[in-house]
Amino acid sequence: MADVKKIATREGYSDTLVELCGEIPNLYVFDADLAGATKTGKVKKAYPDRFFDCGIAEQNMMSIAAGMAACGNVVFASSFAMFASGRAFEQIRNSIAYPKLNVKIGATHGGISVGEDGASHQCCEDISLMRTIPNMTVIVPADDTEARLATRAVAQMHGPCYLRFGRLAVPVVFGSDYKFEIGKGVVLSEGTDVTIIANGLMVEKAIDAGKQLAAEGISARVVNMATVKPIDRELVLDSAAKTGAIVTAEEHSIIGGLGSAVCEVVCEEKPVPVLRVGVNDKFGKSGPAVELLDIFGLSAANIVATAKKAISLKK
Amino acid sequence: MDSSEKKQLFLTANRIRQHIIEGTFHAKSGHPGGSLSATDVITYLYFKEMKVDPKNPKWEDRDRFVLSKGHAAPALYGALAVRGFFPEDEIQNLRKPQSFLQGHPDMRKVPGVDMSTGSLGQGVSAAVGMALNGKITGKDYRVYSVLGDGEIQEGQVWEAAMFAANRKLDNLTIFIDNNNLQIDGTMEEVNSPYPIPEKFQAFGWNTVEIDGHDFDQIEDAIAQAKRVKDKPTAVIMHTVKGKGVSFMENQVGWHGVAPNAEQYENAMNELKAQYDALQAL
Repeated sequence: MADVKKIATREGYSDTLVELCGEIPNLYVFDADLAGATKTGKVKKAYPDRFFDCGIAEQNMMSIAAGMAACGNVVFASSFAMFASGRAFEQIRNSIAYPKLNVKIGATHGGISVGEDGASHQCCEDISLMRTIPNMTVIVPADDTEARLATRAVAQMHGPCYLRFGRLAVPVVFGSDYKFEIGKGVVLSEGTDVTIIANGLMVEKAIDAGKQLAAEGISARVVNMATVKPIDRELVLDSAAKTGAIVTAEEHSIIGGLGSAVCEVVCEEKPVPVLRVGVNDKFGKSGPAVELLDIFGLSAANIVATAKKAISLKK
Repeated sequence: MDSSEKKQLFLTANRIRQHIIEGTFHAKSGHPGGSLSATDVITYLYFKEMKVDPKNPKWEDRDRFVLSKGHAAPALYGALAVRGFFPEDEIQNLRKPQSFLQGHPDMRKVPGVDMSTGSLGQGVSAAVGMALNGKITGKDYRVYSVLGDGEIQEGQVWEAAMFAANRKLDNLTIFIDNNNLQIDGTMEEVNSPYPIPEKFQAFGWNTVEIDGHDFDQIEDAIAQAKRVKDKPTAVIMHTVKGKGVSFMENQVGWHGVAPNAEQYENAMNELKAQYDALQAL
């Protein structure tokens, strides 16, 4: 693993925005005084007339973006996940999602891996908040490749979308042949005993966990579920039917995110044990991101242990 | 404006007021007080000022209107119906499940509604976004928005005010419907935003104070707003909540309550009498 390239998903997001500005004449990018951190500053530099800094006023930014979209534009609005989904939740709901306007919320610094800034900035509730809003599409890319493809894909779809990116440089797990489709999960490796469904930076850990389980003679199917809404029901149910047990893994609260979305599908149509790896209803804390992930159980080792438990719960 | 034009505006405003009473009566709910106070400016905008086309509601170059105080929807619906965006009969179905006339404006359902509103403070930001689009694309349409006086207690209004002035959005004119009453009491009793003009001036806006029921003053304020370059304009309109229906005027209780059958009769009779008197002039 030593020579695997590591890059934060916010980089691919902003690089793609720059490309898209060259392709879509009515695409605009808004930020709330975090252009250096969200990396939308690249757009400001390359296309200054397409970039608007709204200052530290996320609520106004979301509703202005809605007004711009109501005039036929494609608007990307960026801030940290905490302030985009939390501070401006109601603006996203009422100004953007209710009228189904073409605003894409590019939220960076999602989850615990924000690191040293600590709990006030470590948003582990955003997927839950965004998923509950009608008309909203919610996507959590796993790596640089997927971040680029997802940004491109949402620019082409009509309607509101929430994209979650990370601060931490994470391994690039997908090659140039990787195909991304909104609403479709991807089977990364086949297995028969248990399915690990992950997204975001937990995908790389899920792949690792799959290998560790294989070494112990346990066959795990590993799925990347970047789109949390609409969830790929077919793939979830297929996994439930074929492996009889599921573990979800996400850098988010176990309440309301990917784990909940998978449980909802499985409970209703094909009940099998589902165990959730995620932040266990806790606030984060300061520390180096990589250490924090282990402290909060966001590790391959925890996925392995949880997978064994899920298998033991099979009838 | 000449006297016949003004008379026509008074008659149109009266007709819209009748629709407000009718709509809220049949819905058994809604907000007559703040709809009646905002009726005259909305009438002036839709019948004298704004470039709109009822046959082509989404016309790209139209002037935009955002009812930031979305609860005054009956006034907007009345204006849109009389202007020909949809049949006036539909007003009787206001707030009913089979109708497209939602309790608060829905741009996806109601022809002529430029922005969905209802949650206070958000509409004005959307209007700012539309004005920004006009500047970026070099279009000469103008953007108008009506806000409640209580609404400006929302912090987002001041975020929008800061942004609009900073971006020199002189194509944006907002009207503050200053009837001095909000749900829980007078502005001073609840949380005073006064003085209003000075606050907007401090944020870099041009301001005008007028009687919001005087069409000449509304006309002058808009003309002045158009002359001022590099600054958005806030028109602070002194208005009467419940204007036109004597027993509703200046009564805080008429914020969000529909008239009962007897009150409906009385209100309609009073408005019809005003209409006849105006027409006889």
